[in-house]
Amino acid sequence: MLAFTVRRLLQSVIVLFVMSIIVFLGIYAIGNPVDILINPEADIAEQEATIRRLGLDKPVWTQYFTFLTNVLQGDLGTSFVHNEPALLIILERLPATMELAVGAVGLAIIIGIPAGIIAGLYPDSIIGRGIMAGSILGFSLPTFWVGLMLIMLFSVMLGWLPASGRGDTVGFLGVQVSFLTWDGLTHIFLPAFNLALFKMSLVIRLARAGTREVMLQDYIKFARAKGLSNVRVIGVHVLKNILIPVVTVLGLELGSVIAFAVVTETVFAWPGIGKLLIDSIGNLDRPLVVAYLLMTVTMFIIINFVVDILYSLLDPRVRLGDMKA
Amino acid sequence: MTGNEPTLCVENLQTYFYTKSGVIKAVDDVSFTVDKGEVLGLVGESGSGKSVTGFSILGLVDPPGRIAGGRIRFKGHSLTTLPEKEWRNLRGSRISMVFQDPMMTLNPVLRIDTQMIEAVTAHENISRQEARTRARDALGQVGIPSPDERLKAYPHQFSGGMRQRVAFSIALINKPDLIIADEPTTALDVTIQAQILHEAQKLCRDTGTALIWITHDLTVIAGLSDRVCVMYAGRIVEAGGINQVLDTPHHPYTYGLIGSVPSRNKRGAPLAQIAGMTPSLLNLPPGCAFRQRCPRASRACLTEPEIHELKDGRAVRCFHPYEEEATA
Repeated sequence: MLAFTVRRLLQSVIVLFVMSIIVFLGIYAIGNPVDILINPEADIAEQEATIRRLGLDKPVWTQYFTFLTNVLQGDLGTSFVHNEPALLIILERLPATMELAVGAVGLAIIIGIPAGIIAGLYPDSIIGRGIMAGSILGFSLPTFWVGLMLIMLFSVMLGWLPASGRGDTVGFLGVQVSFLTWDGLTHIFLPAFNLALFKMSLVIRLARAGTREVMLQDYIKFARAKGLSNVRVIGVHVLKNILIPVVTVLGLELGSVIAFAVVTETVFAWPGIGKLLIDSIGNLDRPLVVAYLLMTVTMFIIINFVVDILYSLLDPRVRLGDMKA
Repeated sequence: MTGNEPTLCVENLQTYFYTKSGVIKAVDDVSFTVDKGEVLGLVGESGSGKSVTGFSILGLVDPPGRIAGGRIRFKGHSLTTLPEKEWRNLRGSRISMVFQDPMMTLNPVLRIDTQMIEAVTAHENISRQEARTRARDALGQVGIPSPDERLKAYPHQFSGGMRQRVAFSIALINKPDLIIADEPTTALDVTIQAQILHEAQKLCRDTGTALIWITHDLTVIAGLSDRVCVMYAGRIVEAGGINQVLDTPHHPYTYGLIGSVPSRNKRGAPLAQIAGMTPSLLNLPPGCAFRQRCPRASRACLTEPEIHELKDGRAVRCFHPYEEEATA
């Protein structure tokens, strides 16, 4: 376990380092922020002063080296646009996105797993076919369109749920969250459901395929031959076996949900980091984009690590020590 | 429950599978009884319906299969008319089953103690601690060393033979009246097989548990069972005491089976075979199912033979049975 952790840590540092080079060069290549940031009516001396102040006059490798030195001291740079530390801006917006992502994955699990098991147990029934048809829709309908339709139905026509914003927030462990207030809950439900739809379809398919496979195994028949109730057979013997693929996929998906909730955040005007990224790319706000991407990579690394540990809890045959980190 | 009632009495059992391509009569008109403490061998080749017979007794026939007719009486109570919930209560407590492949019968992601304790608490309202004690004793009973530690292990930490012992100990844990063992030694090597056979026999003698031992291997049950039923294409073709059947088989199929067992006396000679292949259960030929492979078949075999009761509790389903002297 310790060897596994150490190996994984070293590997993560290398990944972060390589990633930072790629990101830095990539953002350098797509455009010069000077063209956007500096007022074209400013005189040459003023322009050059700004360029020097931002350090954009130096060659790219010097810029990267400065950046790297700062990162090692915990400074991810200062946003060109907001003139605040990039990390601070991201962390300010992160709780909103986290909350949305966790809510979405939660919904995907709570609805997806039971629905998938039912579809797996009764693949030829009307309910089973209905669930599968629903999951195809969840896969194929574009998120922004579903989001608009949800707003149309539940906010405009029925008037049950609000269409945008976070609603009332309360402080919880030092961050502002919506899910602890009733108003906040009503605000988070639609965007979370919208974001969850795709994951839910994925979970349904995984759970269904797993259930169909596991139900044919001898150990399920043996469990039934022991006289166990159906609830116990499905809720313990089947469920624990199908959770392995579900956890893998959801772990990775949680990362992508956090990192790329852009569309949903835009449709529901949810003040998260997805929207921040799009704006920053538009403004060529290099430090913010780089900081955001590095944070995303770190997050994926952490999630993968947690998933590997969850594996070993779910499946005793997986021993972390044997894993090629 | 009178004392003379057999533990299990199967009468004219029919278990059919209703598939899209037709009705498969996996078990067709099978009757037998098992007394207290008796070991009944159920012999036949793959697809002869022996496993389905076992599952029918447990009420675990998967759709599209179902019990289409006949009666199963367990200690005087009819099982086929029992509501599902009561049948489930019998499973694992009064009737239990051991499967063929020990690698597949234990859930790989649950610890042995979980899988044993749930078998007890499903039937009895006792504390986890008591159930655990009983699980430990049951493991010890089947010869697993240091059962306390082994309870905490996962199935993949056991060898095949040990897993089959665990499966047996789960089957035994509620002291059932009947155990159905579906080829439990087929996947094991011969030394482990011998140990398990020996222990199974001892168990029946000591506790009066009845045992149905399903196998395709006549040599396995030769030393184990009291009586034997030979199945072919879903029907019992011959039944009787194990020694009589092995010494003087009446049915040509049984005769062929015994003739094809390798032995020292026939060293160097090619193994005797039964000509042809098992017919598909989907379109059985009319008349005797063994007719096309049978050296003694005649026009009479175009009609279905009935099972005849003979002396000494023997029975045979054939128009042209071999007589006593046939194998002498």
